[in-house]
Amino acid sequence: MMGRVLSWAYLAVAYTFVFLPVVVLVVFSFQDGRLPVPPFKGVTLDWYAKVLGNDDLMAALMNSLLVALVSSAVALILGFLAAHALARVRLPGSALLRGVLIAPMTVSYLIIALGLLTVFNQLGVRPSLWATGIGHVVINLPLCFAIAYAAMGDHQKAAERAARDLGAAEWQVLMLVSAPMLAAPLAAAFFLSVTFSWDEFIIAFLLTRFDVTLPVEIWSMLKSGLSPATNAVGSLVFLVSVTLVILLEIFVFRRAK
Amino acid sequence: MTAAVSIDRVSQRYGTATALESVSLEIAAGEFVVLLGPSGCGKTTLLNIIGGFAEPTEGRVLIGGRDMAGVAPKDRPTTTVFQDYALFPHMSLRENVAFGLRMRGVSRDARAGKADAMLALVGLEGRGDRRPHELSGGQRQRVALARALAVEPEVLLLDEPLGALDLKLRRQMQEELKAIQRRVGTTFVHVTHDQEEAMAIADRIVVMNAGRVEDLGPPRTVYLHPKTLFTAGFMGEVNRVPVMGGLAPFGAVDVPDGTLCIRPEAISAKGSLHIGLCKVTEAAFFGTHVRAHVTPLAAPDLALLVHLPQSAPVEVGAVLDLGAEAFVVLTE
Repeated sequence: MMGRVLSWAYLAVAYTFVFLPVVVLVVFSFQDGRLPVPPFKGVTLDWYAKVLGNDDLMAALMNSLLVALVSSAVALILGFLAAHALARVRLPGSALLRGVLIAPMTVSYLIIALGLLTVFNQLGVRPSLWATGIGHVVINLPLCFAIAYAAMGDHQKAAERAARDLGAAEWQVLMLVSAPMLAAPLAAAFFLSVTFSWDEFIIAFLLTRFDVTLPVEIWSMLKSGLSPATNAVGSLVFLVSVTLVILLEIFVFRRAK
Repeated sequence: MTAAVSIDRVSQRYGTATALESVSLEIAAGEFVVLLGPSGCGKTTLLNIIGGFAEPTEGRVLIGGRDMAGVAPKDRPTTTVFQDYALFPHMSLRENVAFGLRMRGVSRDARAGKADAMLALVGLEGRGDRRPHELSGGQRQRVALARALAVEPEVLLLDEPLGALDLKLRRQMQEELKAIQRRVGTTFVHVTHDQEEAMAIADRIVVMNAGRVEDLGPPRTVYLHPKTLFTAGFMGEVNRVPVMGGLAPFGAVDVPDGTLCIRPEAISAKGSLHIGLCKVTEAAFFGTHVRAHVTPLAAPDLALLVHLPQSAPVEVGAVLDLGAEAFVVLTE
């Protein structure tokens, strides 16, 4: 009895610890006042109206979506192809190649961003959404590769062999058999990449200048002091992330069962 | 469509291990050939070489007179029914069966019609919209067969296709496989380690052992007149009796020196090759026959396995006068 109470209490504390900041953020985005701090003075949607009417913010939001979708698609395609090749073909140094592909996961985003900044400077590439997109491919490729590689099994191998036997060219094997058979893990990798790119700040901060992504725009809002408007933007960002996770759950994991 | 397959001194080596050693084999167009042997005998390797999944270290494979060296599986006039079915789980049965036609650029309507006809051929009429996971093992096997036949290959390769099915279903599928082969007329090359399956379906059995062809011929010949001791033992149970100077352990016999091989069912009370009085040491009723172990009184160290008619009242300790009706003498 005591044990049950304790375990429920532990659960409550753990969830409070994780979600309290988000709850506070969302609650004070409705603050009917100038500062998003207690006491709570009443509910208003003014801040949301202000945020949605802000052209810079909306432009940044579209930039973020564009960068997230394009960079995730590229990371997914490259990661899938690399995983397929390394799962099917025995090469000397396969283990080393796998390690090198996954290695960027262990490097902090700041280091990756600084590295890219240096390289782009040398090459004369100006900071832009493209540069940020390339940075996001760098951080999401290892993730997509690892998920796709872990999902490849003998089952796919046999089906690919059958497809070749029936006259499929290599690109048809990949498009019509390998990728559709891995639809669930590939979709999971894609949505995870989108959420990581959507939230990412450091790389976007260092590699953009005039067109910026949403986290960078929020950061410049914060420089001018706290306002419930920042809370409103943060809540919208959170809403998009949550929506993605729910979509992933419904359309990918449910169906996979 | 059907074509002859000619295998000309094919060898396959992996490092120092030899999987096939100079195998030559002529398969006629429209023939149902079974490659039979224990695991590791090279039968699957040979099938893979015909299908193009492996290139032989030495030798040539010709299909319909065309040299297959360097021709990829997708460009060969062969298709394969795999042991694990290898169906595409994300496609309906119709899409599975139509896949090969799709790869050949057949229009959507034409290939759907052909796929439905192939599903009907294997007894899955009207189930084109189902998915593979909704089917039993036997049904999946039928879909794999329909898929491989849909592109009208000249040669169909079957890699232990019935291995995962239970005995009863396997017997039924053997009969269907044979009937389908007669109907479509395609050359079938079927790999199995089950000698009963081989005899049930083959026009000709190729017995393989340790990377070589041991024996080949129609089921009756291979069973009744094996060329080697290995074939004799692999095709079914056999009593081996050493003969030296016209003398077997149980007495004089009028056969050349070597190993006298007698099938259990060839021993009876009226056999022409006289064995003499034998004492029954063990007996069990098997339904179709009585299976007994007997020892000739003249040779107490020799144990013979005998299948007697189900009507024979055989008890342990009984003494019977027995002889062999059919036998072969092999030397090795």
